[in-house]
Parts: sequence; C-alpha cells; structure tokens
Amino acid sequence: MEIITKLLTETFGLQLDNTGQLVAGGLTMALIMALVMATCAIVWTWAERKVAGFIQSRYGPMRVGKYHGALQPVADMVKILGKEDIIPDDADKPLFVLAPIIIFIASLLPWAAVPFAPGFIASDMDLGLFYIFAVSSGAIVGILMAGWASNNKWALYGAARGAAQMVSYEIPLALATIPVVMRTGSLNMNDIVIGQQGGIFHWNAFHDPFLFVAFMIYFISSIAEVNRGPFDMPETESELVAGYHTEYTGMRFALFFLSEYANLFLVSCIATAVFLGGWNLPVGNAVVLPGLVFLAKAVLLVLIQIWIRWTLPRLRVDQLMHVCWKVLIPLSLLCLLGSGILLMVSGEIAA
Amino acid sequence: MGDMVFYLFALMTVLSGFFVVFSKNIVHAGFSLMFTLFGVAGLFAMLGADFLAITQTMVYIGGVLVLVLFVVMMTRIPAQNLPKSSFNRKIPAGIFSVLIFAIVFKVIGGTEWNVLPVDAPEATISMIGQKLLTEFIFPFEYASIVLLLAMIGAAILIRERKIDDDEEVQS
Repeated sequence: MEIITKLLTETFGLQLDNTGQLVAGGLTMALIMALVMATCAIVWTWAERKVAGFIQSRYGPMRVGKYHGALQPVADMVKILGKEDIIPDDADKPLFVLAPIIIFIASLLPWAAVPFAPGFIASDMDLGLFYIFAVSSGAIVGILMAGWASNNKWALYGAARGAAQMVSYEIPLALATIPVVMRTGSLNMNDIVIGQQGGIFHWNAFHDPFLFVAFMIYFISSIAEVNRGPFDMPETESELVAGYHTEYTGMRFALFFLSEYANLFLVSCIATAVFLGGWNLPVGNAVVLPGLVFLAKAVLLVLIQIWIRWTLPRLRVDQLMHVCWKVLIPLSLLCLLGSGILLMVSGEIAA
Repeated sequence: MGDMVFYLFALMTVLSGFFVVFSKNIVHAGFSLMFTLFGVAGLFAMLGADFLAITQTMVYIGGVLVLVLFVVMMTRIPAQNLPKSSFNRKIPAGIFSVLIFAIVFKVIGGTEWNVLPVDAPEATISMIGQKLLTEFIFPFEYASIVLLLAMIGAAILIRERKIDDDEEVQS
C-alpha cells in the first residue's frame, strides 16, 4: 500500500494528509483487488469446466476462442450482462437488492491482508489473520438476507443451511490456524510467511505432525466454508434447486458467482500463506519471483479443490455437522495441545 | 479528512440505529443492526483500538447478529398483525427516553475526561494477550468457565429425553 500512496502523491501530484492518503490508497488497492477477484472468477469458471470435463471423460467447452474454449468465460460474461434483471413480486425488494452486494463486499474485504509477495499487501496489519476471519463472517449475514428476501422455500432452506454450515466450520478453520500463530508468535500475515523461510521442512504444514494435521483440518473446513462440493449443502441442485440464489438472475446472480470463486481462491491463498510457506521456495533461502511462487501454490490448491468437488459425492446435512463438531473440532483442539507441548519441549517459542 | 471518516461512521451507526428502533418490519430491523454494529467497529478502529474493532466484527456480526436473525426469521409475524401501540404508551416512553438522554448527556458533558495526546498506539494485541494471561488471568478463566457452563446447559436443554419416552412406552 505504501507503494500505491507514493505513486499517487508523487506521480500524480495529489496533496493529501495522513487520512487522505489512507483513504485514497485504500480505494486504489480495493479497485486492484476487485479486478483480481473478477479475473480469478473468469479463469476459475473455465478451469472448473475443463477439469470437470476431463474427470468425466469429455472435453468441456471447446468452441469459443481458438484454444480449447479459452474465451468461453468472456462469452458467458457478455451473456450474463444481457440477461433480464428479475425481482420477484413477493420478494423483499430492498433486502433482495442489498444481499448480493453484502456478499460481494464480504468476499472483497479479506483480500486486504493477503501477502502475495514481499511488500505487496494492501494492509500490513498486525491482526491480519484475525481480520480475515472476522470480515469474511459478514458473508453469513448476506446469505441469510438473500434467502429471506427471495421469499422462497428453497432459498430460505439454502440460506439456513449455509449459515449453519459456515458458522460451524468457522470454528475448526480458526482453531487449525492457532498452532501456526503460536509457532510464529504473530498474527501478521507477512511475519507468518517470513517465519517459514528456509526450505520445505520449515513450512508450517510440513514442520511437525501436529501442524500437518492442522493443515488438513484447515483444508477440509475451508472447502465447507466456501460451500463447495462435497459440502455444497446450501446449493444441492437435487433438493433445493440452487439454494439461496435460486431467485437471482443476470448481474445479481453474477455477483454471487464472482464471490464464490473469489472465496475459493481466497481460502487457497490463505492456506498458501499460513501453511505452505507463502512465496518461499521449497529449497533454499533465496526469494525468486515471489508473486509467481505464491500464485503457483494457490492455483495448485484450487485445482485440488476442483478435483475433490467433481470426484466425491455430497454429504448429508447431519453427516456434515457430525464431521464438524465431533471430528474436526476435537482433532483441532488436540493439535493445539500437541503443538503447544512440542513448542514447550523444543523451546522453540517465538519471543 | 479524518473528521469526515469519523462522521461517516457516526452517521452510519446513528441512522441504522434509528432504523432498528423505528422499523415496523422486525427482519429489516435485524438486518439494519448489522450496519449499526459495523459502524461501531469503524469507530473503534478510528480510536486505534484495532483488536476491539475486529473482535466487534467477529463476535457481533459473525455471531450474535446471525443468532438474532435466525430467531427473528423463524418467528415470522405478518406486519399487519403486530399489536398497535396506542398513543398513550408513546408519550410516557418519549418522556423517559428524553430524560435518559438528558442524564447521559449531562454526565458525559460534565465529566472531566483524562485526555491523552494521540501517539499512534502500537499493536494492541500482544499487550492485550499478555495482560489477559498475567494480570487478568482470573477474570479470563472465570469467563471461560461461565461460558462453558452456559454451553453445557444449552446442550442439556435441547437434548432429546429418550428415557422419558421409553417409560411412556412401557406404561
């Protein structure tokens, strides 16, 4: 962010006081992040359809664009822009309009604390990790709002399921990152990445068995947190049509879609930064093309999530809750205890 | 510029607070509470209390508000069936509200606050953590035991009473 404010004040000659710099820099950074979100939604829809195609022994989109349907998402976007914007007569209009905006904002805010490369972080705050979990919980309110405002049984069921699922899985998600915070001694995302320098066995995921289990818990909960298969209970086509966005069309639907793919990428980015060493290379201390290394790891995680979605069958709601409350949460508490003892025994506690 | 941001958050808090109180639609009131809570978090952040601001977002928007909304949505009352509050009730309520406002206003205005110079506070979280685990360890543990008890109590309340059912079947 310092780079952005420097650019604004020096290159464009803007006269700003401290708060002004914060606001202008923040707005510019938010714009960049919104563009990143839009780009990843475009790339991921294409990737998802191609991977799904390969898994099911077919090609996926092939026609639009020269190479393997590469322009398909662009065509889809133009199509979705041209769709009629329908608001059902019995919908609660103000809430119906507000809901996709809130979900979009809630999925845009956490990007402020994602460290893509040394110095390339929108806000290098001390509470980074905590901030990410806090602001992304706003999406639950947006989902409830969408489901209620649609005035539709399926949407309401989807929203209730979605909210229950996200509230439950937030707990193992956050608990799984606490061993990392204990090891690093900081919630600052930059510090967490820097603390993992020096090869693959210094990455948090491969540092000791407890942290590896914590990484697995984080990964499973993150799939549930973004409501994707096999945990896509809020959207189950076979029983709920499409869940909380059943009644949405056109650009409003696109906002839901955009947030879903942005969230998918976000949880992968956080997993990369917190568990997989961020921009650090698997071997050695050198920092080479940090942004690309970071992106490569995050993309790999996204591909694994797509792979899981198209391979595993959907769980039932009660199974979902069983996994969360009776398996993942006790396991993550054990991890917490184990890595605490390990830190004490090895004397590796960060000052 | 800093003042402008402050007034923005203050306006958001107060306006949505009014909406929560005066809205006839209880679900609208519930959702509008989100903006009130977020505005308060913004004010905390402006005061340099970053930990408090984020905890406010996490606990109130991510937890309390979601619970409130669940309750409100499940007990859906059609707007026309709401009991009409008569004019008689509005007058005493108004008088008491004005009185309370006057008292609070007088107390806040009359107190001599300890005003400290603003030197950008460093990370508050490490200090809060240290204080919680040293000086305030007793209240911290006490609060967690109370919360644990509340959780166990809730779990017992909603538990299916299988033993009673069996007895009924037998008799």
